[in-house]
Amino acid sequence: MAEYSFLSLLKNAWNGNRDWKPAWRKPDPRPAYDVVIIGGGGHGLSTAYYLAKEHGIANVAVLEKGYLGSGNIGRNTTMIRSNYLLPANQRFYEHSMKLWESLSHDLNYNVMFSQRGCLNLAHSPAQLDDFARRGNAMRHAGIDAELMSREQIRRFVPALDIDFGGRFPVVGGLIQRRAGTARHDAVAWGYARAADRRGVDIIENCEVTGFLRDADRIVGVATTRGEIRAGKVAVAVAGSTGRVMKLAGVDRLPIESHVLQAFVSEGIKPFMDTVVTFGAGHLYVTQSDKGGMVFGGDIDGYNTYAQRGNLPIVEDVMSEMCAMFPGLTRVRLLRSWGGIMDMSMDGSPIITTGPLPGMYLNCGWCYGGFKATPASGWCFAWTIARDEPHPINAPFALDRFHRGILIDEKGQGATPKLH
Amino acid sequence: MLITCPYCGPRDLAEFSYQGDANRTRPDPASTDPEAWNAYVYDRANTAGDHREYWQHSGGCRVHLAVTRNTLTHEIKDVALARDGAVKKPSARRKTGAKA
Repeated sequence: MAEYSFLSLLKNAWNGNRDWKPAWRKPDPRPAYDVVIIGGGGHGLSTAYYLAKEHGIANVAVLEKGYLGSGNIGRNTTMIRSNYLLPANQRFYEHSMKLWESLSHDLNYNVMFSQRGCLNLAHSPAQLDDFARRGNAMRHAGIDAELMSREQIRRFVPALDIDFGGRFPVVGGLIQRRAGTARHDAVAWGYARAADRRGVDIIENCEVTGFLRDADRIVGVATTRGEIRAGKVAVAVAGSTGRVMKLAGVDRLPIESHVLQAFVSEGIKPFMDTVVTFGAGHLYVTQSDKGGMVFGGDIDGYNTYAQRGNLPIVEDVMSEMCAMFPGLTRVRLLRSWGGIMDMSMDGSPIITTGPLPGMYLNCGWCYGGFKATPASGWCFAWTIARDEPHPINAPFALDRFHRGILIDEKGQGATPKLH
Repeated sequence: MLITCPYCGPRDLAEFSYQGDANRTRPDPASTDPEAWNAYVYDRANTAGDHREYWQHSGGCRVHLAVTRNTLTHEIKDVALARDGAVKKPSARRKTGAKA
């Protein structure tokens, strides 16, 4: 497969685009691999890519239950940021941000990463003080952050009703200008193509139905396409973590699966060139390159594995959207959908060796998994290759809950409703 | 999703607040075993399928309910008063002819 370049685009355009080859192969599973990764989403694919690129382990299979990109990598609101307060989160998400900044070149695939900024709105002086504290912590860690005044915000996002109808007047905000969005499907396709080119087998429509064991050790997986043996088995299945880990006999984990709904409007002319979040409720919105307003709010709030939500959250999100942008009230909603979130009990992820010998676990992404895609794969690949976590993901251990060293970004205690 | 409150009848989800997994048992308050408490606070079975969970009819009669709901289909199989556990149905406790 040729590099994508201006020259190859020109050549193929000249030939009527007849000579393009598929971006990745559709191989049948081989009987054994060095590493089998369960889950062909963003995190599984990026893990495979970094295993091959950084650690020279290319005898790898990625098993995907459905088609590539059918899970949360294609269901998110595409936002990327590293505006965290706690040092462990700052190091991890800033590492991710730096990988994003060179990702299109690295993968030779345009993921349309657009650093259009992410603005958090503050609606009370106390909230603005809190944002100032977080902004200062970010700058202290070398991450960009700027406090914006009400006047600056009025000029920066002219479509915003700065008073929210008089109910939640904006007093200021915190912006990370390096934050932004990326084309989520392209991230899946780019990682898949780049991993495939380094020899990784991406096996779609292959559901794991059980684990192969040698005494205590996990030595492979049983799948709908036969048994596959593996030196190491890595699990990166986000919302399905509970189901897959039960197959391995792990009955309890510090996560719950919840549904998060997302929405896109019909395409409209350029309306807003940044990401804005509503601080008095919970809403985040951006405009896609096609013109649709892409937005979401809270999780539905009850345990579920169904990839669809209920009406109360739809009403809630729409009313917040109308309060923020009265100019959008007559714009029609095009689509809504749900994704299953692996909500951890402190709002932070888990990237770890174990919990069984021969197994590696990547989960607990809550609803912030998309922005973490590069760093999650990078750290997970390190953890798998070297049998120990990288210093960046060492704090994201599974046993942190029982040891009392939580990474509780919100300072709110044990609940599966954080992110 | 509609939940049939034993007192109020079928009501919209918006009237209810979710109170979480009902499969957990709080350790004896006198217990000082950190493992038991950590497991209670943090670990979840995260069931795919029939799931026992607590809801409160917070926008209605405020009763606490123990609901059995399928987490794959959202089908509600059983609703009972939380104080009775999910076993005894409130209808069984009511006198014949009493108004719901």
